[in-house]
Amino acid sequence: MARGHHDIGGLPGAGSIDVTEHQLADWEILADAVNQALGARGVKRTDEMRRAREEMDSSAYRDMTYYERWIASIETILIEKNILTKAEIDKKLAEFESKWGEP
Amino acid sequence: MADSVTDADGHEHPKHELSHFAKRIYAIRELLVEKGVISEKDIQCQIEYQEARTPANGAKLVARAWTDPAFKARFIADPKAACAEMGIDATAINEFVVLENSEKVRHMVVCTLCSCYPRPILGRPPDWYKSFNYRQRSVADPRGVMREFGLELPDDVEVRVHDSTADIRYIVLPLRPAGTENWRAADLEKLVTRDSMIGVMDALPEIPQ
Amino acid sequence: MGRAVTSATGRFRPGDRVKVKFEDRPGHLRTPWYIRGKSGWIEKVYGDFLNPESLAFGKDGLPKKTLYLVAFNQADVWEKSAVPKDKLLVDIYDHWLEPLA
Repeated sequence: MARGHHDIGGLPGAGSIDVTEHQLADWEILADAVNQALGARGVKRTDEMRRAREEMDSSAYRDMTYYERWIASIETILIEKNILTKAEIDKKLAEFESKWGEP
Repeated sequence: MADSVTDADGHEHPKHELSHFAKRIYAIRELLVEKGVISEKDIQCQIEYQEARTPANGAKLVARAWTDPAFKARFIADPKAACAEMGIDATAINEFVVLENSEKVRHMVVCTLCSCYPRPILGRPPDWYKSFNYRQRSVADPRGVMREFGLELPDDVEVRVHDSTADIRYIVLPLRPAGTENWRAADLEKLVTRDSMIGVMDALPEIPQ
Repeated sequence: MGRAVTSATGRFRPGDRVKVKFEDRPGHLRTPWYIRGKSGWIEKVYGDFLNPESLAFGKDGLPKKTLYLVAFNQADVWEKSAVPKDKLLVDIYDHWLEPLA
């Protein structure tokens, strides 16, 4: 065992603090709201979401943005709880993509 | 549902340009609503709840604490009740602790393991608070982080860094700036920045232009 | 926090000197790596909380664990020198702590 990829307090090599802020994109606001709504309905706990992020692939954890990690962990937990399946999500996304128009 | 989204800079983009996970949340949302797991109203309520939460809430609490010693005592002793007095709904926080700065003590708050933050009062944390650099450095080099935010402290001031690893949510009560003794609360609020309630800097010494 | 703690079944009281266990096991652990094996003291007893290690896997979080505010001298945590007065405070559960004489 070794320290998890999330367990980064005190690790050397960190650079200066980038204080640039960004306004949340629509999909980020949606991810935030879906996460909170699932919590409010008692469907999942924050602890489960944290654990899902700890279990994700380490390079994905570093490369994904904050809300992308949230979405990945929402998906992991919903599938784990048999609320949704990956196949359903893939299928629904494919429907949307054909509407949105791929380049 | 619109086929474009507004991105971080306010530009419209077609949805097919979104990253993999960004696209998936739309599919996940649709399925959850179809299956009755959550409703569109739930989602809308959460968006509005979050929008109503901003650092201005914290600034009001701090300004009142500066001007009203009895309120300050109540704020430190039972922060959730003090919030309720001021019409700020902090009920979503499990446990809430106020860290009072003084001439000789400064506090700084981080969540090294993820990004826990007193969202029900202050709203969403800034990107930098959630960044790997802040999470890595703040526990080991708080003075270096403060220096980047313009705060240089002598060695006889104690720096106390809190790593909020559990359900306790921390907010820093910054030191009242010198020379503000007769100021109204509404003006004092303008000195209380979000970053001063995280603890990486003190409150502003004067109202920004 | 000035409120009286309503229930705290744990072993420690404010002022007790403690050492954080160095454990390394699978699961959702909320004791950061950098503080494991370090010695400090109990600053506050926060009370009993559901155990996140269990909640993270969909279980009920029982039995509750006492949560403490544990203080450390920065100089005792990091190998590099620190300003002597500076402290590091971490919220740690009872089962991660052992008493120090």
